[in-house]
Amino acid sequence: MAKVLMKGNEAVGAAAIEAGCKFFFGYPITPQNEIPEYMSRELPKVGGMFVQAESEIAAINMVYGAAGAGARVMTSSSSPGISLKQEGISYIAGAELPCVIVNMMRGGPGLGGIQPSQTDYFQATRGGGNGDYRLLVLAPADVQELVDLVIEGFDLADEYRNPVMILGDGMIGQMMEPVEFKEREKSFLPSKAWATTGTNGNRKPNIINSLYLNAEDLEKHNTNLQAKYKKMREKEVRVESYKIEDADIVISAYGTTARIAKTAIAKLEKEGYKVGLIRPISLFPYPYEEFNKIKDDCKGVLTVEMNTGQMIDDVKLALNGRIPAYFYGRTGGMVPTPEEIVEKVKEIYGGEK
Amino acid sequence: MAVVFEKTRGLTDVSTHYCPGCTHGIIHRLVAESLVELGVLDKSIGIAPVGCAVLAYNYFNCDMQEAAHGRAPAVATGVKRVNPDNFVFTYQGDGDLASIGTAEIVHAAHRGEKISTIFVNNAIYGMTGGQMAPTTLIGQKATTAPYGRDESLTGRPIRISEMLATIDGAKFVERVTVTTPAQIRKAKKAIKECFKIQIEGKGFGIVEVLSTCPTNWGYTPVEAIKWLEKNMIPYYPLGNFKKPEEGR
Repeated sequence: MAKVLMKGNEAVGAAAIEAGCKFFFGYPITPQNEIPEYMSRELPKVGGMFVQAESEIAAINMVYGAAGAGARVMTSSSSPGISLKQEGISYIAGAELPCVIVNMMRGGPGLGGIQPSQTDYFQATRGGGNGDYRLLVLAPADVQELVDLVIEGFDLADEYRNPVMILGDGMIGQMMEPVEFKEREKSFLPSKAWATTGTNGNRKPNIINSLYLNAEDLEKHNTNLQAKYKKMREKEVRVESYKIEDADIVISAYGTTARIAKTAIAKLEKEGYKVGLIRPISLFPYPYEEFNKIKDDCKGVLTVEMNTGQMIDDVKLALNGRIPAYFYGRTGGMVPTPEEIVEKVKEIYGGEK
Repeated sequence: MAVVFEKTRGLTDVSTHYCPGCTHGIIHRLVAESLVELGVLDKSIGIAPVGCAVLAYNYFNCDMQEAAHGRAPAVATGVKRVNPDNFVFTYQGDGDLASIGTAEIVHAAHRGEKISTIFVNNAIYGMTGGQMAPTTLIGQKATTAPYGRDESLTGRPIRISEMLATIDGAKFVERVTVTTPAQIRKAKKAIKECFKIQIEGKGFGIVEVLSTCPTNWGYTPVEAIKWLEKNMIPYYPLGNFKKPEEGR
């Protein structure tokens, strides 16, 4: 198929519809409004429906109901809105319902701003709602990858009966790039015998629920959930690596900052520096093992984020003290420049800390 | 021998957890009988609340979804929008519907969601142990209103049916109680009428049922019925607040 120029947020909508999403429930918040706008325009054309909810809380609970009824369903928001959705996300994870949730992050805390950030990493990967649950968290670095991961996200959600979060930011949502909707086999659609579609008098009632009053039952439920997350850790790690085996310094970054890091690495290579990159594409499950490929005498791993240091916790877990960990971050909506990253890398090279 | 009375197949064979004298059991039965009599049980999806009726999903013999506190109308919206041919009802208490979930119920009604809501008002938080509800009467004692509800502190009790009746998308609004056999029959009639509104695709319907909480009110079941009649009905008058006009 031919490439088309699309804005990231609109590409999210197009990808969702391509994946068979028929229902979207949302509430406006900048910088992701093109997603509900696109869905309100395009879903009726494919026999689907957009409902603008009265709040993010209602929107995510509509998603819960629709997912429980067996639909492919999506919602999207940005940081403060995602905070409001956390109650519902916890329930959806607890009830093991499939859906896709897009977070085009902006700066916080609180109302923050409307510029891009990566300040919701903890919330996305550790769970902003209550309980021991995990989302599959996918972090695209360009609009093409955004499209691919949204489509794949729907399949993963159904396969694992788990919410999938696409973690982008205002930059990816707002940028325009050429994208291609690749020819692919139709999405994997498992039967949803568990969905509440009416018994029609020929089966026992289905119950969608996350309440287990009996402690033994709740522990068993949690054990089952953890087994599912373990399977994700084994099967769903996604990572892009670049020249890490012989790198003197490795940069670790995801999404928008990874793109900027690539530009920085190209500049550094021209000057003779040996710098590699680990770009986690799945933030849960995190590609911890990829870091084992870095040589022992590597001077350090520099984590670059648009926050004050969140993913660096996972990098440190991966390194386990073997190699020094450094951090460079901008926040408030400030986007790190390649030059800033180059300078930081040179600092680590020169300073025998 | 001819069967003159039997359990409705709209309910499962599970024993309910409700306190002695609480009228949830009666209301469950009326809802279940109505689903069966209207021929919609097998395509029904019920949405259970948080609160005393949290386990309703074990009692109704149809597909059920459990919702977060107050969110049942939003969950019902999602279910109904996906499968408009399903019959979708929420069953909610006063803490659920009149406090934490006011936005959800108001906007579900406002959108004219083709769902039906059974709203059980017993003027107190039952499941959590007798705290004040938005529906608690002035002067009524609760564990978080130990001196009796004080208007200057927490306002007056909220009248949900009257409020929802002002919303265009709400097509059927009625308040009933289940204190006597005659009132139970009236309640059943209202529930069936309300459900027909959804079946006919007309919009949102709600039946508010005044109920008792002998445990948290501190009365015997019979005293509780009398207290309801004497104190709740004057503030929460019974009757129909809205239904489609004849011939429309």
